[in-house]
Amino acid sequence: MALLAEQLLNGLQLGVMLFLLAAGLTLVFGIMGVINLAHGSLYMVGAFGAAVTAQVTGSWWLALLGGLLAAGVTGLLMELVVLRRLYARDHLDQVLATFGLILFFNQLMVLLFGRQPRFVALPAWFTGSVEIIPGVPYPSYRLLIIAVGLAVAAGLYVLIQRTRVGMLVRAGATHREMVRALGVDIRLLYTLVFGLGALLAGLAGIMAGPVFNVQIGMGEQILIQTFVVVVIGGIGSVRGALFGALLVGVVDTLLRGFVPGLLRGLLDASQADALGAALSSMGVYVLMALVLLIKPRGIFPAHA
Amino acid sequence: MREKIALALLFAAAVALPLIMRALDLPGGTGVATSILCLAFAASSLNLILGHGGMISFGHAAYYGIGAYTVGILWEHFRQQEPIFGLIPGTDQLLITLPAAMLTAGLAAAVIGALSLRTSGVQFIMITLAFAQMLFFLFVGLKAYGGDDGMTIRRRNAVPGLDLRDVDQLYWLVLGLLCAWLFLQWRIVGSRFGRVLEGIRQNERRMRAIGISPYPYKLAAFVIAGMGAGAAGALMANYMRFVSPDIMSWQKSGEIMVVVILGGIGTLLGPVLGAIALQGLEFFLGGITEHWAIILGPILVLVVLFGRGGIMALIRRLLGVRHG
Repeated sequence: MALLAEQLLNGLQLGVMLFLLAAGLTLVFGIMGVINLAHGSLYMVGAFGAAVTAQVTGSWWLALLGGLLAAGVTGLLMELVVLRRLYARDHLDQVLATFGLILFFNQLMVLLFGRQPRFVALPAWFTGSVEIIPGVPYPSYRLLIIAVGLAVAAGLYVLIQRTRVGMLVRAGATHREMVRALGVDIRLLYTLVFGLGALLAGLAGIMAGPVFNVQIGMGEQILIQTFVVVVIGGIGSVRGALFGALLVGVVDTLLRGFVPGLLRGLLDASQADALGAALSSMGVYVLMALVLLIKPRGIFPAHA
Repeated sequence: MREKIALALLFAAAVALPLIMRALDLPGGTGVATSILCLAFAASSLNLILGHGGMISFGHAAYYGIGAYTVGILWEHFRQQEPIFGLIPGTDQLLITLPAAMLTAGLAAAVIGALSLRTSGVQFIMITLAFAQMLFFLFVGLKAYGGDDGMTIRRRNAVPGLDLRDVDQLYWLVLGLLCAWLFLQWRIVGSRFGRVLEGIRQNERRMRAIGISPYPYKLAAFVIAGMGAGAAGALMANYMRFVSPDIMSWQKSGEIMVVVILGGIGTLLGPVLGAIALQGLEFFLGGITEHWAIILGPILVLVVLFGRGGIMALIRRLLGVRHG
């Protein structure tokens, strides 16, 4: 029971991280029609930005700022230099150009910071743990991630449903050309949305630092899971991204937590662990295949 | 006419390559050329669905890897003299492993394609990628076949009348099979099936309106492409004498796709030229700096943004051949 509660919280934590990435990815796709493989690079840049700032200054607040700044500036440059030219292109061109960007950013990080993974210390006030149920301690930093993630989800909801910019975002997601025809400065809107996506990805990267290692290729690992989230949730839908992210996060974590144990009854320990890890890695993809069998456009399709 | 002469010259040069390499005293050259041909093989199989069918599969390395693993696994069971699941005996005969690789890859493509083709557009890209990742993790977890570290194939497969331990003979075999595949693909593209596929790429709704259901055509093309990639993987495993999950990583899928675009999408020889160009570029940039990817990345972006039609379009312009 205690283990289950812990695993559920871990799943929730992975889920909100995936949501931060998926929200940006799905908005950028919904509004600009661009599939951006380099979204994971922004996550990596944010993580490196924060890790390096933390190492130099020792301040966690400055690290947060540094990470957000790095991801935001990189995102804006990416939009200005490359992605802006891809809006009118087909998906194949977008995939290839952003694949080129991944190669560039991964190597750039190697060049700047080397291949060694970096470890980031926990912020001082969140090194301890909290008893979620009596007798079950849980790291408070992970609770912080969950809280931040849910707060961002709520903030996004208010931004998209209750503000003028949000109205334009929603309008853009349903009918791009019409918004343009009505005289909205679509370029500014695009830049804003892309910048927001970059900041969210950067934030996810910053928070991931102390939990996972900061290393080259971290962006692609999580990006592919984010794709699964976006496809399950329905492309272009932020609500779908939240639902899909939590579902994928919880399912993935529970499988990882329990499948190797179940297999140990059948195989010898080392084989069971390896096969269990493999099967649980496959789990979310099987989940995606099942969802698509029933709803090919995802659970909350944006353009219904 | 000029095109035919160029083609004949290219073919002659390809056949003579091992001799030229020996004359130039570059013993490694033939091996590198063999690996380029394998990559070209995989890329041209992707070209069938990407260029002629408009299906952006981002998981093509999965079938390449399955082909390679089929050779590896059959070898492993042959070495241990222990049938797979106690049923299928292992073998080191290429005449068995190659069709087996194509069959396995084709089966995987049939299952994955049947599910993935229910979607289109971006979903299709992401789903093919996700399925490839799924297979990647499966092979990472199969400790019996080396898991993460991969497995070594001690000796290349045997072919009656040939000795594949000789790199030159392996090269000629791969070249011959690649040419056979290209010929087959040329016939497919020109057939009624190929025309329908092209029609689906251009406008699926119109094809539906004239009474053609796209799904079976797309699925058939997807399976043929998977089988081609499986054959390419089987040959690659024989060349490297090593298989690891890296061969089906998402980067490999990206690389195969880049080869197609670089060479010229929807053209017969484009993927071959693309493979030569990409490997050449990597080799050349690798000579300048170990961080060659930092230059290759922006080059890719530039090719996509400004280089429409790839190398084939460039050559056509140089030769003065009009398109179509």
